[in-house]
Amino acid sequence: MQYGMLIDYGLCTGCRSCEVSCRKEHDLPLEEWGILVEQIGPKRLGGEWEWDYVPVPSRLCDLCSERRQEGKKPMCELHCLANVIEVLPMDELAKRASELGHGKVSCFIP
Amino acid sequence: MAADTAFASEENGVLKVRTCAWSPPGDHPVGCGLILHVQDGKLVKVEGDPDHPITHGRLCPRCIALDEVVYHEDRLQHPLVRDRADRGKNKWREVTWDEAYDLIEAKVREIWDKYGAESIFTLTGTGRESTLYAPVYGPAVLNTCNGASTYAFSGQACYGPRATIANYLLGAGVPEIDWAQYYEDRYDHPGWECPKYLIIWGKDPLYSSPDGFFGHSIIDLMKRGSKIITIDPRLTWLSSRAEFHLQLRPGTDAAVGMGLLRVIITEDLYDHDFVEKWCFGFDELAEAVKEWTPEKVQEVSWVDAQTLVGAARAFATNAPSSGIWGVALDQSKASTQAGQCFLAIMAICGYLDVPGGIAITKPTSFIGKWRYEMSDTISPEMAAKHIVDPTGKYALFNVGAAMGGVQGDTLLNWLEGMYKDYDCYYDLKMCWMIGTNPLACMADQPQRWYEAMKPLEFIVVQDIFMTPTIMALADVVLPLSTFAEHDGLVTPNFGRNQHFIGAMNKAFDNPNTKSDLEILIDMGKRLRPELWDRFESVDQFFDEQLRKNYDFGLDDVRAVPAKMAGYEYRKYEKGLLRPDGEPGFDTMTGMVELNSIVLASYGEGAVPYYEEPEFSHISKPELAEEYPLYYTTGGRNISMFHSEHRQVPSMRAMHPWPLVTINPVVAERYGIAEGDWVRVTSPQGHMTQKAHLTEEVNDKFVHVEHAWWFPEQDGEAPNLYGVWKANANNLIPHESVGVTGYGAPYKNGICKIERVDSLDD
Repeated sequence: MQYGMLIDYGLCTGCRSCEVSCRKEHDLPLEEWGILVEQIGPKRLGGEWEWDYVPVPSRLCDLCSERRQEGKKPMCELHCLANVIEVLPMDELAKRASELGHGKVSCFIP
Repeated sequence: MAADTAFASEENGVLKVRTCAWSPPGDHPVGCGLILHVQDGKLVKVEGDPDHPITHGRLCPRCIALDEVVYHEDRLQHPLVRDRADRGKNKWREVTWDEAYDLIEAKVREIWDKYGAESIFTLTGTGRESTLYAPVYGPAVLNTCNGASTYAFSGQACYGPRATIANYLLGAGVPEIDWAQYYEDRYDHPGWECPKYLIIWGKDPLYSSPDGFFGHSIIDLMKRGSKIITIDPRLTWLSSRAEFHLQLRPGTDAAVGMGLLRVIITEDLYDHDFVEKWCFGFDELAEAVKEWTPEKVQEVSWVDAQTLVGAARAFATNAPSSGIWGVALDQSKASTQAGQCFLAIMAICGYLDVPGGIAITKPTSFIGKWRYEMSDTISPEMAAKHIVDPTGKYALFNVGAAMGGVQGDTLLNWLEGMYKDYDCYYDLKMCWMIGTNPLACMADQPQRWYEAMKPLEFIVVQDIFMTPTIMALADVVLPLSTFAEHDGLVTPNFGRNQHFIGAMNKAFDNPNTKSDLEILIDMGKRLRPELWDRFESVDQFFDEQLRKNYDFGLDDVRAVPAKMAGYEYRKYEKGLLRPDGEPGFDTMTGMVELNSIVLASYGEGAVPYYEEPEFSHISKPELAEEYPLYYTTGGRNISMFHSEHRQVPSMRAMHPWPLVTINPVVAERYGIAEGDWVRVTSPQGHMTQKAHLTEEVNDKFVHVEHAWWFPEQDGEAPNLYGVWKANANNLIPHESVGVTGYGAPYKNGICKIERVDSLDD
């Protein structure tokens, strides 16, 4: 079954626990990443503040397949302080995204 | 560390130890749940504990990178000594613990005999595990009146002001949002309600997780419907999601607070029943805030009048709502008045001690209480020598009040000899620093503190890494174990509002290091055996402390990820807040003292008032022409705890340089581009950081980071790891404090900025 990563990035606070967790779990050097948090803003759009952090997995992300086989959450999902990362089977991604319902949800299939 | 205990199990040669995090390395007592994976005695992986009722596996980057601290090549691994003449030089000699202890014991006894124990003082820092034990070193080991909670810190401007004002006004420990933190079943707990609005005032808890509050529970609450009101000069990330952002001029919190109170009172939005039954002095409060119309608030604080009114209405008319107050309230001269406003708002809206409101408990509990009891182990004659301002200021800092410490400004004045002509004066000879690096963090005018400390005969410091303070001043250095290498207990809010007790379980050995508590017991046995001889082990100590206060012991705490406290609402109706069992609050009047008799007795206003900061465009208009911008300081970044983590590779990579945050419009005016070095100068001093251009600050102020030093630079004096170069505390005035001695303007002052070529300019 193929899995994807759903990120409720409207509530991502940019703590970067995912970046550090991923490097540790996959034993990556400091210059590389399995997931990277990008910052957008703060800027005013239509009179309101726009300020987002968006974690983007790289090609080195395997969605922690070994951990998932043991019934554990991927490291980034487990440690995510805002609890906005979910790794789900492909056919559940759209349903979960619509449940969250407030916009600013992204989906990655690394 | 045994395998297959309640908190540890072995699987394929890997020992998995469940523990609750505190420090070292630096952190507050949030007690996040960890599973430490240990192979062949070595930490190989850190994993969040999904069964921990508060964190549910979530971790911030600092714990995830714990291995980089534990095995860092620069970690202190042996006690070190150095000749006093070599202070500032890297001329250390490794010694055994016994040799270090012998040396300290001999020196303390010599100082006791020659000068008296009062010539010894201790200094401590903020938030770390040592805050439980450091206050005991002075009275119960060194037998001095000048220990307890003493900081090299103007106005004791962190937590002490808030803890004290809460004690005076509510007779309670530190108030906290009711985030269902007391319950195993958390947000599903029957009877718990989600706060409708949260006021987040002078605080950025997502990145600081202060005192025991798991910062990202704000996100949990937002997902459950809480709306946000922020009161902050900075556009924080939370402010960008807030329904109301009250963007105030730094240091004008009391004006904003009185403005909010006026709206709530004049529009009759307050809880009449609660005010009539449980509040003392409402009429005086109403009178005090009457003049603070939204227009006047806007004129003084720059907060938009309509935003202020909207926030006050939304907050007061949506029960239950709650709030959280930050160190920014402590870090202004008017800390007392700002704190009074915060508590008065929560009280008159009827939000105290109700589901989804403000959670309060008794002032101290458990080890929090123990450390106060241990402060009472000096003789009355010794207590009478406690250093207080001899001119009569800050009476609150006499023994028995204000956490028993020496007021920080008074201490620097004393060290500098300002009081030499008073009869009460004597020379200080020795200092022991526990969990603090004051030259990098805390000390206002750090170079003055450095010069004032130099003449001391003997200085002991304990830490996990070499620091600028150790290199500059220490004669003996004791290496500490990390929280993964020792046993302990985590007590959120330092026992002043404790929602659980967590076991900190040793996962692996580092035999040449010790914990703050182990050193305390070891030296206690040597210097005051009558108090300490009965403690055979750390386990016995904790078990005894627990059983004195609860019907369970250490094994019961170790058996679970966190021992939850439970919570009873509306304790004031049930006689659960006062020692006499009567209904009401544990104050003199038995009510919430909106009009504070205690504050008045210390010469402070009984009700809030507004005092302009000492350095502003209003109080010093001519000076402000030369220094046209405001500065604020101390915003947290999650990869570092105050002066710590600068040498930890993953953490430093996340935030390589100290940043001065400047609005792009202002930067353009001064010809400053992203990444340029910028010198910030206040009337008191200057420092240099790297420019970061963002609209997180507006065109009226800049933000500078605190507690920077550079472990990669030359450590010897005069450079001392570059501790003077980017030091925000160079900007801070000495003794610009409130009437009580609490509150200092670490977060508000005036400055000018200019582009320079390097950190060394």
